[in-house]
Formats: sequence, structure tokens, C-alpha cells
Amino acid sequence: MAELAADQHVRYIVTVEKKKDSFESLVMEHIRLNGAYWGLTTLDLLHKLHAVDAAEVVDWIMSCYHPESGGFGGNVGHDPHVLYTLSAVQVLCLFDRLDVLDIDKVADYVAGLQNEDGSFSGDIWGEVDTRFSYIALCTLSLLHRLHKINMQKAVDFVVSCKNLDGGFGAMPGGESHAGQIFCCVGALAITGSLHHIDRDLLGWWLCERQCKDGGLNGRPEKLADVCYSWWVLSSLIMIDRVHWIDKEKLAKFILNCQDKENGGISDRPDNAVDIYHTYFGVAGLSLMEYPGVKPMDPAYALPLDVVNRIFLRK
Amino acid sequence: MHGRPRRPAKPEDEAAASAKAAKLRDLQAQVLQNHHSRTYTKVAIGLSFKLLEINPEAYTAWNYRKLAFQHNIKELSDPEAIRSAVDDELRVVEVALRQNPKSYGAWYHRKWLLNQKLAPVDSKREFGLLDKLLKVDARNFHGWNYRRFLARFMGVPDEEELKYTMDKISDNFSNYSAWHNRSILLSNLLIQQSKVFFTFTDPSDQSGWFYHLWLLAQTSTPDNPQLIASWPCNGAKLSSSLVKEKVEQSILSSIWCHSLKERTVPIVLYFNEPVKGLNQSSVKLKSDLEFGKDICWRALSVTDSGYSNCWATYLQIANECSSSQQYSVDMSIPCSDDIVSRSGSTYNCPVHLTFTIELISDEAQDIDLFDKPVSWNRSESFQPHEILESMPFDLLKITSALVEEDSNWHFERLSEEIDLFRELPDDNSKFVKLTLARLLLACAAIKSRGRSLIERKRYCEEAMGYLSDLIRLDPSHKRYYEDERSLVLMDKLTCDMETFVKHCSVKVEPNLVPLNHVQLCSLSLTRIGFAERLIWVQVLDLSHNSLRSVEGLEALQQLVSLNISNNQISSFTALEPLTKIISLKVLDLSFNEIGAHSIDTTRYICSSPFSHKVEACEAFEECRKKSINVEEYWDAILFFASLKLAQLDIKGNAVASKVDFRTLVTMLIPSLKWLNGECAN
Repeated sequence: MAELAADQHVRYIVTVEKKKDSFESLVMEHIRLNGAYWGLTTLDLLHKLHAVDAAEVVDWIMSCYHPESGGFGGNVGHDPHVLYTLSAVQVLCLFDRLDVLDIDKVADYVAGLQNEDGSFSGDIWGEVDTRFSYIALCTLSLLHRLHKINMQKAVDFVVSCKNLDGGFGAMPGGESHAGQIFCCVGALAITGSLHHIDRDLLGWWLCERQCKDGGLNGRPEKLADVCYSWWVLSSLIMIDRVHWIDKEKLAKFILNCQDKENGGISDRPDNAVDIYHTYFGVAGLSLMEYPGVKPMDPAYALPLDVVNRIFLRK
Repeated sequence: MHGRPRRPAKPEDEAAASAKAAKLRDLQAQVLQNHHSRTYTKVAIGLSFKLLEINPEAYTAWNYRKLAFQHNIKELSDPEAIRSAVDDELRVVEVALRQNPKSYGAWYHRKWLLNQKLAPVDSKREFGLLDKLLKVDARNFHGWNYRRFLARFMGVPDEEELKYTMDKISDNFSNYSAWHNRSILLSNLLIQQSKVFFTFTDPSDQSGWFYHLWLLAQTSTPDNPQLIASWPCNGAKLSSSLVKEKVEQSILSSIWCHSLKERTVPIVLYFNEPVKGLNQSSVKLKSDLEFGKDICWRALSVTDSGYSNCWATYLQIANECSSSQQYSVDMSIPCSDDIVSRSGSTYNCPVHLTFTIELISDEAQDIDLFDKPVSWNRSESFQPHEILESMPFDLLKITSALVEEDSNWHFERLSEEIDLFRELPDDNSKFVKLTLARLLLACAAIKSRGRSLIERKRYCEEAMGYLSDLIRLDPSHKRYYEDERSLVLMDKLTCDMETFVKHCSVKVEPNLVPLNHVQLCSLSLTRIGFAERLIWVQVLDLSHNSLRSVEGLEALQQLVSLNISNNQISSFTALEPLTKIISLKVLDLSFNEIGAHSIDTTRYICSSPFSHKVEACEAFEECRKKSINVEEYWDAILFFASLKLAQLDIKGNAVASKVDFRTLVTMLIPSLKWLNGECAN
């Protein structure tokens, strides 16, 4: 079987970080904080977090902070949104540097976006999506501030997005989609509410995401894509049904999507690589206990040792 | 980046790309600058349009446009001018969607505009846009979400949307999105579908199958929760004696009360689905016995949802007694609004049970129960039980009282379905086989409510055949089919006495009353099912299977000894159900995979600090004092701290050879006498 080209991936991540001027980087400019989370988590999974200067990263992250609101923008000068606030908190967790935050201010920003029905808006403009429910719960839990919201209502809203195939959509009535399922299963996991899930029903739907080529897709009758290695696998692990897929075939699919020369992983074999799929590929391998890759926590999307430290260290 | 081929850039491409990049960089900088300086002139707004045309995901530009729109609309009073301002925004969204039909920012901008309700909505334009988009990509879930939003916004009746959905399905049968929408609309309309079954155009297509599964679930579950098993069962005779005068050794005993000193009698009730609301008024107990404490029902499930299949209470007998005396206990569960299932249906099958408790003078000798380790010698002592009459459980009597009349209708429907599927030409399709297996099992479930056990077994056997075929046909999902098969096998082995009794015997240990013993070894079981048929078991041997999970065993409140050696248990968190069994004294976990895996698949099923079901715990503190690494051992700590074992075997697991492990176990289980066959202290 092909092997993980770990060194090349590390090199790729470090150089992508520096190529800010390509068209591709510019199109992604507004989500640079997400990119930082993807790249740095991958480095940590490969035991190479020290390849970057922690102080420099933390400074840059704080330059995306909006002290008036308590939220983070996707890059310097961009508006605050929960999407980037979670990434900022996650990266600070990687470096064990939550101390730079005004934790209550950030938690109040997130908690303030909860709506009457328990759902969360992504920012002041009011878009509602179960992605934001996950993000809010994950952020607040990492900051030990879940008490700031109405947790029961938050859970009830997520449950109201459950479909008859056992999966979840973006809003009540929305079609099941593996990415959305991760968010909802993650939200329920973090709040100790997985009993709302029919694990056999959802597990079967998720394991049927494995295609003939070994890869996983996000919805029935779609092509496999490396990113679902994370969305589907982490959900299957949280509900204890991950043994229902063929891990060996999936690992092979992911490894076949590597650019072994220049580093990076793409969505499908022989496509252009990017940081997003590099992260999801390595994270997927981590969830399958691939040798040399740190284990990952399926709910908080951070390395296991980081999560254990946050919740168990005195 | 999705679907872009990997290739080195040509020099001429690179030049073009860098020109494009320069333009984009300028635009982004200018739009952000206008945003920060709150410049909402026509020129400035025009720049944001240019940016969104290239990059519809630039979310701050959408925010800027909303602010600009709000700012400028205040100046307008003429409805025509307002309408044209709204129109401009709608057009920007359309242009952006042309660039990226899945742009969250663009779709939300449109919803936001409509929600402002500043101008009448042109429904032809909206539905026309959707038609175009869904024609290009019939699975665009943003489009479908927007369609549901619009239908609600405009008050389109569900029936009309259902027709649109059916049109989409007839365009292309394998449109999962359309099938999904159909299931949503149908549950809105609360149509009890009886003529739902359709002909399949392509048996390997997934779209219809999930929908079919939903319909099957609608058909095969009874409407109201039902009690399916209890311990003690109706007519049982319990005795409080620790060492009873020699009971005939071949007779299964229903009489062992584990906790004599405290004189506690557990009562266990098992329902066909999770319920809540068991309390002193919903379950009525009448007896001449005096009970020490208020009767309090406890849900026996790992989740603390309040709902559980299985409920227990522990009667504390307060009577003083000097000679043996018999007392009867009457238990009845009337129709009750308190007892409710997750779907909200109430309990409406009244049940009445009576059992007797014999109290014997208990100046009994203080016996050291575990002065020698209990052995699990499989070959020597196991004698299958032969006397049917004395089976100590009464499952069948309870279920027969609850036969549902209307299940006949369901049964006929299912039989028709089975015939239909059997006739499908492509008999090597995995979906056909899986659906047949599920239909057969649904029939078996309905049959259990009657007494047609032979028929039930027949359904089980046929379903197992299909599942075995599937393991060969679809090896990638092998372990899914194995899990399903394991449940069917458990059903088959325990559904009638004749088969079950071959696995039952009496275990006789010195100084102990004979214990009801069930042996289900070397059967390739991967998971446990039908635990309600095991709630009377005191010694259970499940060794040499492939169990990954012990979920279900929490219902076995009589269990004293459990052997799950030589299985595939991979973590302590997977064993959490055992912490609910307060009678458990002997546990054999040897030769499993505990500690061998870096990813714990029950980390979020169990109670842990990560899911906020357990916060700071005393045991953690205690371990920290002894410098045991809590980050490493938190799962072992939570597990052992809630057990009161006398004997533990755990050799042959990676975790057992770690430093500190022995210290940790003996510290957390002070009652432990035997560890891996040796004296624990």
C-alpha cells in the first residue's frame, strides 16, 4: 500500500502559508483563520507543530479579534463570525494559549447569538444553520462556558433537524448531508445527548457512504471525496459504528490522493491539492489509527491529547 | 478546491493568473476599506458587486452590501424606487449564484432580502430561478432548502409541493433530494401511507431504499409502549436465605437474593421501547411486607435522558422476623399518562403481577463468599438444563397478554411485500437481500406478540441466510451484516424454551446457593440483543465470541458473575453498562483489546467530562494524590470506581501491563480479593 508522505505534507503546509499572493490564496483570503486551523492541526497530528513560531501565530490570530464584539473575523479587517471564532479558539488550544483571550467576552459573543428557538446565528445578520449550533457548543465547551446558554433548547433545535433517514440537515426539513451530520452528532456528543440518535439507522446511512473506490461520499449517489473521510468517520466513531466500513480501502483511497512529490492531499486522486483536503485526509488517517499520526478527538476536532488536557488537567 | 486536475501551471497561465490575482487583491482591499469607512456611494457599492462576481464567498462584502442597502433604503419613499433597489440586490445574488450555485453567502443574502418584506415577491421569478438551478444540479441542497423556505414564505400548500417533488422523481428516479423532500412533506401531511410501495427501476440505486426503510419502520412498531418482561416474573417465589438447604441441583433457581444483609429485592421491568415516568403512582405495589424506603424507580441506561427500556427499583425489606414466613407482593401497572414513550404515546396495556417473598431467619453464618477464586471451567460442569417446567422466567406469559389485534393488518402488508421482493429479477442485489432480511425480521417481531414461536424461528433463519449472503456479496460492510446477524442469532437462541434451555444450567459453587447459569460461548456473537430474556440470569458466560459491546447487559440486575473473556472489547468506556449492575462480583475480561487502540469509539457514548455528563470526580482527585496520570487513565478510573467486584481477571489486554495499573485497580476497588487469579493484596 502507498505510504503517508508526512515530510512532504509538512513542507507543503509551511510553504502554502507563505504564498499569500496567488489567486487561490486570495480567493480564500477571507477564511485564512480556518486555513490556519487546518494547517496547524495537521502539523500537530504529524508531530510537527514546532515547525511554526507559536508567538507569531498567536499574535496574528489576535489581530483578527474584534474587541468590541468579542468575535473573530476570517482575516485581518474581516467581520466577526462564529466560523472563525471557533478556529481561533481551536488554534489557541493547540498552543495551550487560551490565556491570551478575554474568555468571558468571547463566550458572551457566541452565547449572544443564540435565538429564541435554541438555534444559533452565525453573526449579527441572522443566518441560521446547524453548523453554527455545533460551532457555538464546541467553542463554549472548550472555554468551559456552556452555562452561558440554554443548552436544552440548543439540543432541541439540533434534534428538530433530524430526518427520517436518521441523518441531519442544516435546518428543520433540510436534507441529510455528512458534513451537517458531523455538526449535529458533534453538538449532541458535546452536550451528552447522543441518545437522541438512532445509532443503527444513522450508522447504516453513514457506512453506505463508502463507494466502490473505497472513498466516502457525503450523500447518496455522489462521488467520493477525501473531506468526507473526516465528516463521516468522526460521526461513525461518535456513535460507535465505525467498524461498519472497510478502513483499509478508505486508507488506500486517501493515500492515493496524495501529491507524493510536492506534498498535500486532494479531493480525489490526481486532482489539485489544497490545505483543506490535506487536513481532512490526515485527520481521517488519524481516526483510523494510522501509524505515526496522533489520535484525534472526533467531537472537538482537535488532537486527543489537547482535548484531554483541556478537560482533565487540574 | 473540488474537481480541479493536478498539473503544473504553464508560464502563460501563470501570467494570466497573476494579473487576475492583482485585480482581485485591489478589489478586496477597496471593498474592505469602503466597509470600514462606511462609504455607501454608487461607485463603492459597484466595487463590491465586482468582487462578489469573482468571489461570491467573500462574506464581508455581503455584510457590506446589507449595510449599504439599509443605509440607502432609508432615503427612499417611492415604492418603485424601493422595488428597484431590492431588484438590484436580487440580481447580484443571481450573478453570484451563476459563479457558485452553492454559495452560502449568496443564498442567505436572498433570504435576508425577502425577509425585509420591502417589496412584493415575484414568485414566478423565484420559482423560475430554482427550476433553472435544480435543472443544472437536481441535488443542490441549497436550492432545495431555499425551495422549502419559499414554499413556507409564500404559503404554498404541501400538496402542491408534493406534486413538484413527484415530478422531480419521475424525471430521475435516483434523486435522493426529492425523495427526502417527499418524506418531509408526507410527515407534515400525516398521511398514513398504505399504498406506498413502488416498483424499482434500478435495484442498485440507493435513493428509494432509505425511504423504504422509513416506511418499514412506520409499519412494524406498535403504537404504544408495552411491558415485555419483568423480574420477578408473575408467580415467582423468592427466598431471602443466603445458603438455602440443598436445592435440587438440576432445578434452575429463581430464588437468590444477592444482598441479604440489606435484604434488598430488585424489581426489573423491561419495555419494548424507551419510556419515562415510572413512579410510585404509575407502578402500584401492594404487600404485607414493610419496605424501608420510598420506592424509587431508576432508569437502567447509560444515557441520562430520562427514557429507558429497562427500569429497576430495590425493595428494602424492613420486617424483623425470627421464623420463616411468606409474603406476597402485588404489582400492577394500569393505563397511565405518566408512562410515555419518546414519541409521546402513553402506556395503555394494563398488567398485573404477583410474586411471593419468603423471609427466613437470618442469623445465618457470616460466610466468606469468595475465599477462593471462582473458576470458569467450561467443559466440566456445564449440564444443559432439562426440566422445562421450572424455567424461572415468564416472558412468554407477559407477551401473550399483549397480543395486538391490529398487527394482523401489518403482517399481511409485510407478507405481500416479501412476495413482491422475492419476485424481483436481480436477486444478487444487496438492497433486495437486505430489504428482504428486514421485512422478515419485522414479521418475526410481530410474531413475538403472538405465540407463533416456530414461525418466528423460521423467519429468523431465513433472515440469517440473507445476511450471510450479504457478507459474501458486500464484504466492505461485512461487520454491519455481522452485527445484524448477531442480533438475529440471539433472538433465535432465546425465543423458545426448547432451544434456550440448551444453554441454561445451574452453577454450583461451594458456599453459594446454586446460581442460574447461561452459557452463550463461541457463537460469533458481535453484540447482545434481547436482553429482556436474560434478566433472571445470575452467571453469564459470553466468552469466545467477537463482542465489541456489552450494551443491554445493564438490565441483568441479578448478575453476579460475568465472563466476557476472549472477545473484542476495546475500551473501558465500552463496559460502562456493567457499572449499572450492582450485584456484579466476578468479572472476567481477559484476552480482549482494552488499551490496544488509540481511538475510543465509545468515548462519547459513555459518561465523561468531554460530554459534560461527569464533571470533577472524587476518584480523579484520589488518583492525582497518588500521582496516577488522570489524562491517561480517566476511563479506567471512572469504570473501576463504580464497581464492587470481588474478583477481576484482565490479563491479555494491553492496558494490564502498563505501570500503575495494578495500583490503580486495587486502590479503586477496595472489595477486590482476586486479581488475575492471585490474591489482590
